[in-house]
Amino acid sequence: MTQETLKPQEKAALIELLYQMGDDDFILAFRGSEWLGLAPHIEEDVAFSSISQDMMGHANLYYRLLEDLGEGEADRIAHLRTPEQFRNAIILEEVNGPGTYLKEPDYDWAFAVVRNYFYAVHKQIRLESLRHSSYEPLAEAARKIMTEQYYHLMHWEVWFKQLMTSTDEAIERMNAAINKVWRDFGGVLTLGPSYADIVKADLIDDEAVMKKRWMNKMEAVFKEVGAFYPGEPRMERGNGRNGVHTDDLKQALSTLSEVYATNPATGW
Amino acid sequence: MTVGLSFSQLSEEEKMQHFLDRINAGEKIEPDDWMPDDYRMQLIRLISMHGISEIMGALPEKEWVPKAPSLHRKLAIMAKVQDEMGHGQLLLRVAEDLMAPLGKTRHDIMEDLFSGKLKFHNVFHMDAPTWGDAGIIAWLVDGAAIISQSMMLDSSYGPYARALKRICAEEVFHAQHGESIILAMAEGTPEQRQMLQDALNRWWESLIMFFGPKSAKETGNSNADKNIMYKIRTKTNEDLRQEFFTKYIPRIWSLGLTIPDETIHFDEETQMWIYKDADWSNFKQIVSGNGPQSQNRLDLRRRSYKNNEWVREALAAKKAI
Repeated sequence: MTQETLKPQEKAALIELLYQMGDDDFILAFRGSEWLGLAPHIEEDVAFSSISQDMMGHANLYYRLLEDLGEGEADRIAHLRTPEQFRNAIILEEVNGPGTYLKEPDYDWAFAVVRNYFYAVHKQIRLESLRHSSYEPLAEAARKIMTEQYYHLMHWEVWFKQLMTSTDEAIERMNAAINKVWRDFGGVLTLGPSYADIVKADLIDDEAVMKKRWMNKMEAVFKEVGAFYPGEPRMERGNGRNGVHTDDLKQALSTLSEVYATNPATGW
Repeated sequence: MTVGLSFSQLSEEEKMQHFLDRINAGEKIEPDDWMPDDYRMQLIRLISMHGISEIMGALPEKEWVPKAPSLHRKLAIMAKVQDEMGHGQLLLRVAEDLMAPLGKTRHDIMEDLFSGKLKFHNVFHMDAPTWGDAGIIAWLVDGAAIISQSMMLDSSYGPYARALKRICAEEVFHAQHGESIILAMAEGTPEQRQMLQDALNRWWESLIMFFGPKSAKETGNSNADKNIMYKIRTKTNEDLRQEFFTKYIPRIWSLGLTIPDETIHFDEETQMWIYKDADWSNFKQIVSGNGPQSQNRLDLRRRSYKNNEWVREALAAKKAI
């Protein structure tokens, strides 16, 4: 399908899916950018900031596709929506830890590794499915994103496995982070209320199929590092795909749009 | 050198003479070559300060990464701070090789930074309260950095010269990114122009300070002179500052901005820019860790170093799976 051949119901489903994926990348890229200068070592600062930049670029690609579908300028999409209009999963908006990126950041590296690794595994599955999307511009974007995503996944997998097989303290901290992420990671694995239309339009695989792939991969990795596999991830704080969010998103969006919102009409 | 006499049998004076002959002939010194202790110490001081300045220099701009006012600007400033961090890493690797024979490592560099023994560039101690500051930093601070670093592209120490080659190539993009921010604001609303002018006013003295004092008498320090003798650098602080003025003052004026120094002008007779000098006692205060943001930014790094101690331990103890 192309923009011209989309039926109204398919178009609405496509728009929904693009918001979900764009917002997931946008908000996690922001959380990643807050880590700059605070990573465990300088080499990681270089790598992590590169990953965050790539992810911001991926969000930009999805927002451009939305712009093409008549959703308004990508910059307005990124900077002027209310929190309720965001479709990202709740776990991705969560703060990196106590403090802010400017003041007394007591950020948790175990949480960063677990959240990013779990997300990277899902993103890989999602992109592999999108390569065969019925909407050609999306399939093309997915193929482009995958060339970078390959390295992101590898990066976080190395971290995950290293820390899960190291000192007792590292394992303890990682397990605490896994528990924390597991409570809400179900929100990443859902396609939200438009799920049936998204699948019907052949835009991406069924969420149940992708969820199963993710769980199979996780189970294998947990086994490899000798960790207990906790079963199906939950969605305790609600579904971000429905526009349900926490104050963490509100805070993130006010930071992200601070300058743009002073005058969206002018050039910056 | 006498045939049959190995280098190690030479007297210290002869080694020194051989070393000076090499650098005067334009040869590059490599990490395993013999070098006078004084040369090594000058390099360690200069390169670790440069490296750590790149790393601390990412912090003021980082403040503006999430707030950058469009997706395009967000991507550009993210790329820039990543480059700066990469420059820091590249330079610290060069410094680490020089420190190795002294039994020192990256850990010592970080400890020296935290204790205030290792200084970082004056500009990165300053406030960056608006998006205009992010533009001025990228345009003029990076522009100043290109001028001072280009002079060392032919540095007598090979690894430093090679690292600078890559760094300068990237800094050119940074300055262009900065110029693009500045142009958008200069052509924008009166509020944007005011924001830009305010940022220039805030940064002007820091930019004068960037190149260091005119001569040793302002700070009682003769490192610059020594580095010229060793061919680590080729120009004086004042040469560089004049070069900066020649390149940027006309551009600043052409944007309709005012330089906060009524006396500044080009003197045809001496072919020099006449300007109001910086307050060098203030400079000393700033680089000693008493600038407006010195301790806040150091605290960010101190805190993260401490918070991530368990990660470094875990990596050191890593088991193979």
